[in-house]
Amino acid sequence: MMRDLHALLTPRHALGPLEIRRENLAFVTLPASNLRGFLTELRDTQGFSHLVLLTAVDWLEEGQFQLTYMMNNRARDLTLGVRVMLDRTTAQMDSIHDLWPTAATYQRELKEMFGITFPGSPRLDEEFILEGWTDLPPYRRDFDSLAYSQQTYAERPGRVTHDPREYMKSKLYPGG
Amino acid sequence: MFSFQPDRSEYPQPGLDGKLEIDLETGKYLKLWHGPNHPGITGNMSVELTVCGDEVVEGKTHVGYLHRGFEKLMERRTFIQVFPIVCRVCVPEPDFNEYCYAAAVEELAGIEVPELATWMRTLILEMGRFNSYMMFLGGIGGALGLGITGQWMTYVRDLMLDRFEELTGARIYHMFILPGGVRGHLPEGFAARMEEVLQTAETYLADVDKVMFANSVFQLRTKGIGVIEPALFEPYGVTGPNARAGGVAKDVRKDSPYLVYDQLDFEVATGMDSDIFTRAKVRRADIQTSIDLIRQILKKMPKDGPVMAKLPNVLHWKIPRGETYIKGECSRGEYGYYLVTDGSGYPRRINVRGPSYTHAMALLEHLIPGTNISDVAALMVSLHTYPPEIER
Repeated sequence: MMRDLHALLTPRHALGPLEIRRENLAFVTLPASNLRGFLTELRDTQGFSHLVLLTAVDWLEEGQFQLTYMMNNRARDLTLGVRVMLDRTTAQMDSIHDLWPTAATYQRELKEMFGITFPGSPRLDEEFILEGWTDLPPYRRDFDSLAYSQQTYAERPGRVTHDPREYMKSKLYPGG
Repeated sequence: MFSFQPDRSEYPQPGLDGKLEIDLETGKYLKLWHGPNHPGITGNMSVELTVCGDEVVEGKTHVGYLHRGFEKLMERRTFIQVFPIVCRVCVPEPDFNEYCYAAAVEELAGIEVPELATWMRTLILEMGRFNSYMMFLGGIGGALGLGITGQWMTYVRDLMLDRFEELTGARIYHMFILPGGVRGHLPEGFAARMEEVLQTAETYLADVDKVMFANSVFQLRTKGIGVIEPALFEPYGVTGPNARAGGVAKDVRKDSPYLVYDQLDFEVATGMDSDIFTRAKVRRADIQTSIDLIRQILKKMPKDGPVMAKLPNVLHWKIPRGETYIKGECSRGEYGYYLVTDGSGYPRRINVRGPSYTHAMALLEHLIPGTNISDVAALMVSLHTYPPEIER
């Protein structure tokens, strides 16, 4: 079923290879400029009307952000993960808030947590979860949360920290 | 019957585009913070209301009071170290996090779960759903001044927590469903003690039917109020009881059966009016479904067998590069985990998809304009929102 859909839509939207995870879940990558047209066609003609989630993955080593738009067709029980790769330095993408109003919330969070901008998305620059944040967007891989907490917060005197790996090793694999 | 109608000729008129120009200096508008400390708020969030008279003209949801950065924390932990964290994403129904995370890891690592473990997982999830609905019934009663339902439901929930405790060793965060299976078998005599709890629950729920659902004040304050037009379901990602109350039988347990739901006999509860009352009624019917499912599971599940698959050495456990999305039907709608792995011993990215993310943000903000101040609490509770899954 997914293969038929992929074959049908590839010529119009320059889709990459279909990666089938299981019978009702697959992933596909396409150029960022084709995303809005592809999602609109998925929604209006293929029954993928439910935007399940929109999130980002930071591939720091490859200099790219991956945006994943999880689309669901409830009647046919199909979920398609639509992937778009963005250059990490520009980190900008077309907004889809006019297709799904709820996308504005996801885009607002992505702006705050990953620093990815979606020009035209409502209330994009309003604080969502963080307050007065001036550091790197914290969900980027180059933001070191451990170093941040060590610099920002004082340790309680007398606190003892055990290495969880050593502890687990002694409990789970006492023989070594 | 007396009905109070404010004189709206005194209210500012919207512009040609239908929008109000809100200028606090005119004295016609007032900012009112609904939360974060408010009896009508579920959890740690607030709604910034702009009111004109007793009518709300704008509402903005604010979260961030409980942000713990779980998704980032998990990227620094091995796959087994993530397991005790995930349940803490959602207090009232933590088990869904455990199931979704475990199933995602199992799928990417190619681990087969023993059959008995899948039955035990289904049992745990239905027990969790039951408890979450107990909090909902207490909450919706509390939001409308019916404090007694909150007390009754807290008591019944406590009885179910006793069953959780004897099964898992913990009352709130069970850490029972882990990659590979579950941590243990049912204790001796568990089914009989569970039956006692279910019978007690049914007695109290019959009282709730009389005291709350048949109560004319409750009906007046919930019928025809907070209506979600079915046309909004897809644009706003509405799932679960919020959609079912509008006649759309969305339920992942039926639409995309997981665990052993395809072997269980149940119907999905729906309603037509899509208002606060119908959403509460659908959840009331769902509670009965959960009770029936718990009985069915205890009757049908295998009596013996392994509950845990053999895992590799978890200290050196690496999972090949890949990604997956696992979903299930929690008490509030579709709950899902998106897991991305990169071949290392740590997850590259975990994203938690909670239904409140859409229900309490975009949808609530869309529904609020035009409501009365006194209805905001009931409207919000009727969407069954849990802020921790918004900010994770």
